[in-house]
Amino acid sequence: MERKTKIHAEEGKQDLIITREFDLPLELLFKANAEAEIIEQWMGTKVLKFESKKQGGWQFETKDEKGNVVFSANGVIHEFLPNRKITRTFEMDRTPFGVQLEVAEFERLTDETSRLSIHAIYESVAQRDQVLKLPFAQGINMAHNRLQDIVSKLK
Amino acid sequence: MNLRRDVFQAIADPTRRAILLLVASQSMTAGAIAANFDTARPTVSKHLQILNECELLNQELNGREIYYHINAKKMKEVSDFIEPFRNMWDDRFNKLEAIMKKHKNK
Repeated sequence: MERKTKIHAEEGKQDLIITREFDLPLELLFKANAEAEIIEQWMGTKVLKFESKKQGGWQFETKDEKGNVVFSANGVIHEFLPNRKITRTFEMDRTPFGVQLEVAEFERLTDETSRLSIHAIYESVAQRDQVLKLPFAQGINMAHNRLQDIVSKLK
Repeated sequence: MNLRRDVFQAIADPTRRAILLLVASQSMTAGAIAANFDTARPTVSKHLQILNECELLNQELNGREIYYHINAKKMKEVSDFIEPFRNMWDDRFNKLEAIMKKHKNK
């Protein structure tokens, strides 16, 4: 079964919804989003802190080979309901993108499948659009070849 | 000019969008494009220059005239701008799925 990530972003709105169905039981999907050492592996960033509880803080950081910080982000967990929901803020440091609110909901589909939907709300329409364009304009995900192709054409 | 133009800023301008629409169906000279607008010819030239820098236009020399036409490939990239964002998340989630499948089989 092909499980593709969907992005729902309407023009002129300051939010977007990311949805994805997983070939994983709900508990494993949730665990992957709740434990620092697992988040680290699939997000491709160091997790300096991830306090999986209400009013817990989190902090991500990525460095290049020379040790320069190329990405860092932080936020606070507002709600942490195991196997159901994580509500948190997300802020990329030293960028003009402001703070976004992320509501991640976890849903059981069958014993072996589950769905994640992340509702991200931005401070403004312009900020949402900036974030959407980020991988396009800057190639934040350096591992992605297609992206790098596009970015090199933009230069 | 070394200034790197933002392709999205380029298409945010209504005159530039109108220019892109004009040259989408046929190649046109700067003069023929300018004739469609009330704005002064140098203003239109400036818009053409920006679109050109963003690679949204292709230039072709035909005799002594430069003809402009739309760079369809670039336009498609712009219209698909959400796709890299989707790909980024798709990659992450594919990894998540693979990692947790191993986790499950442990």
